[in-house]
Amino acid sequence: MFADQERFDRIVGILSDSFFPILKAGIQFTIPLTLITFVLGLILAFFIALARITNIKVLNVIARFFVWIFRGTPLLVQIFILFYGLPSLGITLNPFPAAVIAFTINVGAYSSEIIRAAILSIPKGQWEAAYSIGMTKSQAMRRIIIPQAIRVSLPPLGNSFISLVKDTSLAATITVTELFQKGQQIAAYTYEPLWIYIEVAFIYLIFSTVLSYLQNWLEARFERSVAK
Amino acid sequence: MIQIQNLHKSFGTLEVLKGIDLSIPKGTTAVIIGPSGSGKTTLLRCLNLLEIPDQGNIQLGDQIIQFKAGAKLKSKEVVDFRKNTGMVFQGYNLFPHLTALENVMEGQVTVLKRSKTDAEAKARKLLEKVGLKERADMYPHQLSGGQQQRVGIARAMAMDPQVLLFDEPTSALDPELVGEVLKVMKDLAKENMTMVVVTHEMQFAQDVADQVIFMDQGVVVEKGTPEQVFQQTSNQRTLQFLNKVSSR
Ligand SMILES: Nc1ncnc2c1ncn2[C@@H]1O[C@H](COP(=O)(O)OP(=O)(O)OP(=O)(O)O)[C@@H](O)[C@H]1O
Ligand SMILES: [Mg+2]
Repeated sequence: MFADQERFDRIVGILSDSFFPILKAGIQFTIPLTLITFVLGLILAFFIALARITNIKVLNVIARFFVWIFRGTPLLVQIFILFYGLPSLGITLNPFPAAVIAFTINVGAYSSEIIRAAILSIPKGQWEAAYSIGMTKSQAMRRIIIPQAIRVSLPPLGNSFISLVKDTSLAATITVTELFQKGQQIAAYTYEPLWIYIEVAFIYLIFSTVLSYLQNWLEARFERSVAK
Repeated sequence: MIQIQNLHKSFGTLEVLKGIDLSIPKGTTAVIIGPSGSGKTTLLRCLNLLEIPDQGNIQLGDQIIQFKAGAKLKSKEVVDFRKNTGMVFQGYNLFPHLTALENVMEGQVTVLKRSKTDAEAKARKLLEKVGLKERADMYPHQLSGGQQQRVGIARAMAMDPQVLLFDEPTSALDPELVGEVLKVMKDLAKENMTMVVVTHEMQFAQDVADQVIFMDQGVVVEKGTPEQVFQQTSNQRTLQFLNKVSSR
């Protein structure tokens, strides 16, 4: 694989020089982008889920329309419309906020389905038990249904979270210097795309591994009090 | 006291309750028996407003609710009524994310706005009463069916309801666990809790009921003391049902 010792040394040199800049880009942009959009996206998702569940027709329709649009079109296209398209309407967004908006909407649309399914999965008997002790609908929702729905939705939401870490690499296309973008830059001037992109992949792997441990830990914490 | 007059309930075109009249004096136990599909569960659910009757009225203490087809009840009226009726479910329906203690505290804190300290003291007393003092901090899935059902009874009691409704509280239990739940119910009857119990436990009905109500096909066929219904009846439908039950 390596013609000679000199080439081997060159690659090791490039990889060790580039490791921390790429990791730093990940810590500076990839991680914050992931965390911010996940939190905002979940809040959005929760309201969309409620809007889909309530019996107020208008809200049902709006929520379904929203989910239909954003699940039915590629995230990359949504990002391009936001960043490259909107300026022609006089709305210019900086790359990072544009990425935050696009990913938040995406997380919101997908996770709303997870949250909605989790709420609907709680047996009818739980509502009835709550009503039977005199709770109102919103008390039953807050005190009895949501806490159980959170436990149900944790594993699938954890998976969305891991996907999101990787999806943030799309932000590179609108010049956010996150992990992948940094790798691209370095690959371009070192002419070592194979090794640099393997290194990029490796750093993503570190991130998602750490995050899955976090996910498992969270699930285990909640799992302790879940009945079967 | 509960007074039920001319209660009707249909599901679509299926008329399940066809004009029920009942009176359950304060401090007494009424046991409802009857074949499957006769409307026993539906009647209990109407008494807790989990189903809204189409017609008739229910008086509970000094609150009277009148039902008319198509007329919507105020949610405050419904909630007030439910606060005064406790329900014990066939499948327990405990809150799985809360401990036994928290299950019994939940309604007191959220609905009755009692302080946590008061609610906990009351919950502990009730758990002791149903024989689960030591299990207060366990989650429902760590308890046996009989223990869960006793927590269910404590949860309903915690609201200080004017009446407790039981829908086949022991029919999901293994036979050896039935006794412990019936014992708790007997104790409550002795303390003059007002209770309406749907059950197939005929011995319990014989021993505890002040009034036995036999329902069939959406009507009350017969009601009276256990002696009147079990030993002295001459009603064909009642006899047929009792025969079937005793030959099981
Ligand atoms: N939500 C509902 N929608 C439609 N039909 C219903 C509903 N609930 C009950 N029924 C019907 O009403 C009838 C009476 O049911 P109910 O559960 O009150 O009987 P039950 O006397 O409690 O019977 P069991 O002894 O089997 O529990 C049955 O024919 C049942 O199928
Ligand atoms: Mg029934």
